Amino acid sequence: MSRQARHGLLRVFLANPLAISGITLVGTLCIIALLAPWISPYDPQAIDTWHILEPPSAHHWLGTDTLGRDCLSRLIYGSRISLLVGFVAVGIATFIGAFLGGIAGYYGGKVDWVIMRLVDIMLCFPTIFLIMAVIAFLEPSIWNIMAVIGLTGWMGVARLVRAEFLSLRKRDFVLAARISGASDLRIAFSHILPNAIAPVLVSATLGVGGAILTESALSFLGIGVQPPTPSWGNMLTAGKNNLEIAWWLSVYPGLAILVTVLGYNLLGEGLRDALDPRSRERG
Amino acid sequence: MNLFLYFVKRLWGLIPTFIGITLISFFVMHLAPGEPMSIQADFNPKMTPEMRQRLRAQYGLDKPLYVQYLKWLKGLAVLDLGKSFAPDRRPVWDKIKERLPITLLINVLSLVLVIVVAVPLGVKAAVRHNSLFDQITTVLVFVAYAAPAFWVALLLMLYFGVDLGWLPISGIHSLMGYDQMSWWQKALDWARHLILPVFVSAIGGLAGLSRYTRSSMLEVMRQDYIITARAKGVPEHDVIYRHALRNALLPLITILGLSLPGMIGGSVIFESIFAIPGVGQLMWTSVMARDYPVLMGNLVIVAVLTLVGNLLADIGYALADPRIRTGVQSDE
Repeated sequence: MSRQARHGLLRVFLANPLAISGITLVGTLCIIALLAPWISPYDPQAIDTWHILEPPSAHHWLGTDTLGRDCLSRLIYGSRISLLVGFVAVGIATFIGAFLGGIAGYYGGKVDWVIMRLVDIMLCFPTIFLIMAVIAFLEPSIWNIMAVIGLTGWMGVARLVRAEFLSLRKRDFVLAARISGASDLRIAFSHILPNAIAPVLVSATLGVGGAILTESALSFLGIGVQPPTPSWGNMLTAGKNNLEIAWWLSVYPGLAILVTVLGYNLLGEGLRDALDPRSRERG
Repeated sequence: MNLFLYFVKRLWGLIPTFIGITLISFFVMHLAPGEPMSIQADFNPKMTPEMRQRLRAQYGLDKPLYVQYLKWLKGLAVLDLGKSFAPDRRPVWDKIKERLPITLLINVLSLVLVIVVAVPLGVKAAVRHNSLFDQITTVLVFVAYAAPAFWVALLLMLYFGVDLGWLPISGIHSLMGYDQMSWWQKALDWARHLILPVFVSAIGGLAGLSRYTRSSMLEVMRQDYIITARAKGVPEHDVIYRHALRNALLPLITILGLSLPGMIGGSVIFESIFAIPGVGQLMWTSVMARDYPVLMGNLVIVAVLTLVGNLLADIGYALADPRIRTGVQSDE
C-alpha cells in the first residue's frame, strides 16, 4: 500500500461521522478502563451498610447498590471486565477462524469440505445454548467464559478468510512464493493471509461488541462473571431483583453496555467503509 | 435441474451436517469434566460407592462412549431422548414438546413484527438515501443493535409494568381468575402478557433486517434493469415496488433462515426475564441442575429445527430465483 493510498484511507475514515464517533467512544472507554483505580471515587468492593440503595446524589453520582457499594465505581471497574472479555474472546475466535479458514481455502478439496461442514454444524446451534451447555460443567469463571465465547464465535471469520484464500491462491505472487521454495504454511499465513487482513479486522471489531453483549447476557443469567467481581451483566441482575425500588441499578449498567457496543459497531462500520470502496458507494 | 431434484440434492447434503449435530450434542456433554450425575450424588449423603455404580449402570454410563452414542442415536430416531435427571423423571421429549409451542409462538410473532416493520423502513431509508429520515433510522438502528435485549426488557418492565402498571411483567397468563375467563378474555390476557416478550425479542431483528433491506435496496437500485425501467418511463413507484423490491428481498430469505438459531438462543434470556415456560427456560433450568439428558435433547432438537429452517429457506429461495435451481451461479 503506497503512502498516498494510506492517506486516502485515513481521510475516508476521518470523514465518516460514524467512524469518528466510534473511535471517540472506544478510545474514551479504553482510557477509563486503564485509569480505573485513579478515577473511581470509591473502592468498588467497599461495603457500606449505612448507605444501601441510595438514589443518585452528590456523594454517589449513580447511587449505591444493595450492599451500599458505589455504583459509579463498580461501573468503571466493570468496563475492565467487558473490554478484557471482548478482546480475549475475539482474539481466540479470530485465531481459530483465520487458521481453519486459511487451511480450508488453501488446500480446498476434502479438507475444505470437512472444515466447512464443521462451520455449518456449529452455525446450527444457538451460540448461547452451546455456551450454556459447556458452562454447565465448568466453573463459571471469567477465563472459561472468554474461552467458550471464543470457541463458539470463529465461524464467520473462517468463512471470510476462506473466501479470500480461494480468490487469492491462484495469483502470481503465490506461485512466485511456491517456486522460491516457501512451505505451504509460510505461503498461506505470511503471503496470503495479510491480504485478508481488512475484512478480518472489520469482523473482529464488530465481534468485540458481540462478545461484550454475550458476556453481559451470561453474567445476567448468573452463569458468567461471578460476584463480587463487578461486571455490567451481574450488576443488572441486582437491578432486576430490585426493579421496583431502585431504578438506577437497572438503568446505568445497561447504558454502559449499550454505549460500549455502539462504539465498537460504529468503529467496525467505519473501518468497513474506509477499507471497502464498494460499501462506501452504497453509503 | 428441476425443483424436486434440487430438493433431494439439498436434503442429501444435509446428512453429514445432521450427523455432526448429533455428535456435538452428545460429546459436548460427555467430554466435559465432572460426572453428569455427580450433582445428584453429591447432594445425597447416603450415596455409597456401590449405589453410585448401580446408578451409573442404570443410566448406561459404564459402557464405552460409542455404545452410549449409538444407543442415544437409536432413541433419537423415535424421539426417545431418555429420561430427565430431575426428580420427576419424565421423558425428555415430553418436557421439550410441551414447551416448544410457546417459544415458537413468540418467535414467529416477533418475526412477523420484524418483517412488517423493518422491510418498509429499510425501503424508505434506501429510496430517500441520505435524507433526514435515512439518517435518523440509521442512528436508531445502531442504538437498537447495541442495546442488550435483557436491559431493554428491564426498562420496559420498569416503565409499563411498574410505573404505569399497564402490562403484566411475568408469565404467559394471569394466575388468578384465569379459569373463569371466557375465551376472548383469555385471548386478551395472553396478548397482554405477550406484548413485551414479543417486542423485546424483535428489537435485534428489527435493527438488523431494516439495515439489511436498506443496503440490499441500494445495491439493486444501481442495477442496469432499474435504469432501463426508468428510461422506458415506468413510474417511479412501480420501479421501486415492482422492479427493485422483489429482487432486493431475495437475499432476505436466506438471512431470515440464518437468524433462526439466534432467535431461539435469545429465548433463553427473555424467557428467564419474563418467566415464560418455554424451551429457553428449560435450557436454563437444566443447566443449573446439570440435567444432561434434557440439555442434550434441547441442543439437538433446536439444531435440527434450525437445519429444517435453513432447508426451507433454501427451497424458498430456489422457488423465487430460477438462477439457483438451474445452477447458473458461482459457488458461494
